[in-house]
Amino acid sequence: MFPRPIKAASAPARLGYQVVVPIALVIWLLPLIAIFMTSIRPASDINSGNVFGIPSSFNMVENYVAVFTQSQAFMYLMNSFMITIPTVIISVGLACLAGYALAIYRFRVALPLFFLFVAGNFVPYQILMVPVRDMSVQSGLYDTIQGQVLFHGAFQTGFCTLFMRNFIKALPFDLIESARIEGVKEWKIFWYVVLPLVRPAIAALSVLIFTFVWNDFFWANVLTQGESVKPITAGVRALNGQFVNNWHLVSAASLLAAVPPVAMFFLMQKHFIAGLTLGAVK
Amino acid sequence: MSAIDNTRMTTNTSWIARNKLTIAPWLFLIPALAYFAIYVVFPIFESIWLSFFEWNGLYRADGTSTAVWVGFDNYVKLWSDQKFWTSLKNNLLWLILFMLAVPAGLMIALFLNQETPGMRLYKSLFFFPFVISQVVVGLIFGWFYNPDFGVIGSVWKALYCEETVNLLGNATFRCSQTPPDILSDPVIATYGIIAAGLWPQIAYCMILYLTGLNNVAADQIEAGRLDGAKGWKMLWYIVLPQLRPATFIAVVVTVIGALRSFDMIAIMTQGGPFGSTNVLAYYMYETAISEYGERYGYGSAIATVLFIIMLFYISYFLWRMYQDEKGGH
Repeated sequence: MFPRPIKAASAPARLGYQVVVPIALVIWLLPLIAIFMTSIRPASDINSGNVFGIPSSFNMVENYVAVFTQSQAFMYLMNSFMITIPTVIISVGLACLAGYALAIYRFRVALPLFFLFVAGNFVPYQILMVPVRDMSVQSGLYDTIQGQVLFHGAFQTGFCTLFMRNFIKALPFDLIESARIEGVKEWKIFWYVVLPLVRPAIAALSVLIFTFVWNDFFWANVLTQGESVKPITAGVRALNGQFVNNWHLVSAASLLAAVPPVAMFFLMQKHFIAGLTLGAVK
Repeated sequence: MSAIDNTRMTTNTSWIARNKLTIAPWLFLIPALAYFAIYVVFPIFESIWLSFFEWNGLYRADGTSTAVWVGFDNYVKLWSDQKFWTSLKNNLLWLILFMLAVPAGLMIALFLNQETPGMRLYKSLFFFPFVISQVVVGLIFGWFYNPDFGVIGSVWKALYCEETVNLLGNATFRCSQTPPDILSDPVIATYGIIAAGLWPQIAYCMILYLTGLNNVAADQIEAGRLDGAKGWKMLWYIVLPQLRPATFIAVVVTVIGALRSFDMIAIMTQGGPFGSTNVLAYYMYETAISEYGERYGYGSAIATVLFIIMLFYISYFLWRMYQDEKGGH
């Protein structure tokens, strides 16, 4: 292990380490802690410049309720769920099929096609913006939830296919080979042999795609116009304009927008990190 | 001839059954491929094509587009567009400074790579900024930097200002130096946004390195220790070479992150003050969908430039992947 395990160090060093880590954490998360503290303050504290000190009263419930009653935060949150969840299902589902095809079958264009998915996943959004927007306007998908789902689903299919293909490639090929010799149909091999084995990959991708799409801001601006179909990220910006200088409410709304991905991360931590660090280990 | 017919009769194999290993992959592949092609692959070429037109996004009554072919005009215009060069310069700044996330992430990972009680929770909490939307990070830092009631402003007041309360009981501050308004200063605003962007990016690099460190071969470390290597030498000669895959991914995602920077700029400054914080991604958006009417052609030209820059990295990444594929299988 590197650096040398602190467990093997002297007692004062061990103690020192255990004191330093929480302090470092507080400094690291200072912006977040500050915004949380702001979100539970009364408005008067902010006007009087009490940013770091103890709040003059704890208004956590009032502030968070105010966000819901004074704005359309609930609608934005629901929109985010309605955009994010179908996207996850579409992109992960399609990627299971495509990843299986690219990993298991040996055909000449398998590698070029795989690289197409990889490359597409890295392109700047702006190179897609005008055609996708135009296409959405032409097909009546502009300014709808479905329009956003369809685009995100397609784009995330690239990343999911990259991930799935590599995951399936690492499975023991003998399993598929022996199933074939037994005369099992190809789609049955996929369904009964491969799919149960890729469950960890499905979990990892689901949390990752959920987070990516939830946090999207660019496409929410490009593909929507009205407030009624905007996700929470775009909503928070709108609230920022609405609650001018009501920083306690803006803070509360921002933190609310962060809750679902953070919850997802903590619940599925192992899968989340496995997904993100794909390729970081040989 | 009849022998072949006989075998065909006896095994009774149809064309589909005989070619199932050729057909099957396409059946699995076509839904994803067609869908991906429509939304991602074709639009890339369409954008490049559109960059040779002038178009406000409108169609005539008979459904034909109002786009007018202008050849390389949009690119010629870009050449003398001051805003474009400012954006390009800022993109370069983002690229260079964003790279700090890689060593910074490594440092935090080394600091946290211990097995004391509660370490798992600490690691997750350090990772926190990455999970949060960039919109929220932008808002947090925008407020953090606010000279009047943000954190920087408050610290400044505590250091340089004197509070005086007038007869009506209203507090006013008299400051020996006015607090810096980071996001309104054309010279430093970009640095302020990059600093905010680094926060989640460092967290990402940290998690990549933590995973990498988990897999560093213990026997090599021990062998190094026996040879008297420690500290920086150990890190440089024994640990870092083993972390190469993690470093590679960290660099790739950081480059992409730097070139994709859009959300924070949209939230924190909208490219201002005076266009000083613009980057290509934001300038393209601003140009293509502006309040003064759409300029799809010019916007597409900016997007094409950004795409070409990114293409270098994509090609490099694919080339590396290809080497791995050749070696691995």
